[in-house]
Amino acid sequence: MPPNAPEDLSRTIETLYRSESGRILATLMRLLGDLDLAEEAMHEAFAAALETWPQTGLPDKPRPWLISTGRFKAIDAMRRRARFDAAQSDLARQLEARVYEAPQEEEIEDDRLRLIFTCCHPALPSEAQVALTLREVCGLTTEEIARAFLVTPATLAQRIVRAKAVIRDKAIPYQVPVSQELSARLGAVLQVVYLVFNEGYSAEATGTGLSHEAIRLGRLLLDVPGLDLLPESEVMGLLGLMLLQESRRAARSSAEGELILLDRQDRALWNTAQIAEGIALTESALRSRRFGAYTLQAAIAAVHAEASSAASTDWRQITLLYDRLMRVQPSTVVELNRAVAIAMYEGPEQGLGIIDDLLGREELANYHLVHSARADLCRRLGRLPEARASYEKALALLRDGARQEPERRFLSRRLEELK
Amino acid sequence: MKYICLGYYEPAKHATMTEDELNAMFDECFDYDDYLRANGNWVGGEALQPSETALTMYWKNGKVATTDGPYAETKEQLGGILVLEARDMNHAIQLMAEHPAVKYGSIFEIRPTGDLAEMMKASEQRRRKVTAR
Repeated sequence: MPPNAPEDLSRTIETLYRSESGRILATLMRLLGDLDLAEEAMHEAFAAALETWPQTGLPDKPRPWLISTGRFKAIDAMRRRARFDAAQSDLARQLEARVYEAPQEEEIEDDRLRLIFTCCHPALPSEAQVALTLREVCGLTTEEIARAFLVTPATLAQRIVRAKAVIRDKAIPYQVPVSQELSARLGAVLQVVYLVFNEGYSAEATGTGLSHEAIRLGRLLLDVPGLDLLPESEVMGLLGLMLLQESRRAARSSAEGELILLDRQDRALWNTAQIAEGIALTESALRSRRFGAYTLQAAIAAVHAEASSAASTDWRQITLLYDRLMRVQPSTVVELNRAVAIAMYEGPEQGLGIIDDLLGREELANYHLVHSARADLCRRLGRLPEARASYEKALALLRDGARQEPERRFLSRRLEELK
Repeated sequence: MKYICLGYYEPAKHATMTEDELNAMFDECFDYDDYLRANGNWVGGEALQPSETALTMYWKNGKVATTDGPYAETKEQLGGILVLEARDMNHAIQLMAEHPAVKYGSIFEIRPTGDLAEMMKASEQRRRKVTAR
């Protein structure tokens, strides 16, 4: 092949890094048994690519080239250290003596799954699990992750350094857990994936990237070997849920960045391909008859997606799904959404009754969403002074910060409409 | 991304080392610097002469004032700077964690370089306006 122009090639290599670094790192981790060594080897392999590919051209199969180069680089690194640390030379010899065959496609995917389970190990604090997964599996930089989570790069870098130390010190095994443990451990992984997705859902500028990463991870998890029915259906449910929520991204905010709620969205802007895939996954998960909270939330999203207009939404079905969700995974947010669904299905009076019960509970009295839901129902019942008071209460309870800004503007707008 | 690594060391500690020990340390450090160069992670770096050769300069009562010695008298003194090319902050930490100087007690302050391109552009526009008048 003709030699590439250097700037094209460095762009190609950057793109490769984005799409392949997680896989390459995961396989090197298996070959080398140490995350830092694997990372160093991977960076060296990419540096070597920048160095040699302009002369040799792009190899037919860049991934195996990078993996085997990384392995050689690791052996070199051990030899280099052996000059000052005798133990390293044995390690280098052992590594070199081990027969090396270029890993097969499915082996590489298994390595990625191992890496996800290592990054989401319960011995690590949950914020470290998210950071580590995004950096090691998705190939995001420390700075990008820090931006998404509104912390300084130095803070996030320390989180990652500490998490790696825990993996080393506790000798966290590099494997997908076996069946008894798998279900519990998968729960942690799904939680991390959904956290990543939600981060992308609420962040405006950087959001799309994180949501796409989460969807990518969800697809990867579908291939976990040895899943029994229960967790597998939840993987499908989560992926379905993420696709259905992502399908509305273009309709969720106006050109001016104003929040548009589901009932006022232009449904022509919904992504039909994502909806079709999301619904198919959700239906498969429901058919398993052993599903959990992700599948139920996906089913609710699917009912919304199937309605051609807000007015034709099947609220009865949504109410029933919330009832089931309350049994599987009761939470404030679920209770509140159930109340809103009941208000749509039976009438605002009934919904308001439930919300006022919720407000009677201390832990919910200061939750802004309860007040904004109450305000909306009062507005629909024509009880305008009460609606105004509840909007004001919701605004007062809204935390400060850029992230709450769209919601603040939305509530202020609603309040203005009532004056 | 570029990262500036400020290396601090304790001169008192180095003063107690034999010539052989010092040479071994320098060899290891230079060896690692070569490795950083070979991988394209070395942007530049300089060692600093001891802190007693320093002069600190500032503005006082409408004129330049100077004092002998470093700006801050502490046990650890700035011994050198290294400019690193790394993918991200954790990559920079990892590269510096392998630096033999760390094993010998050096402390590195790692900081991303600032991008002043926007500020410079805005400043240029301001200055052009001034000259156009």
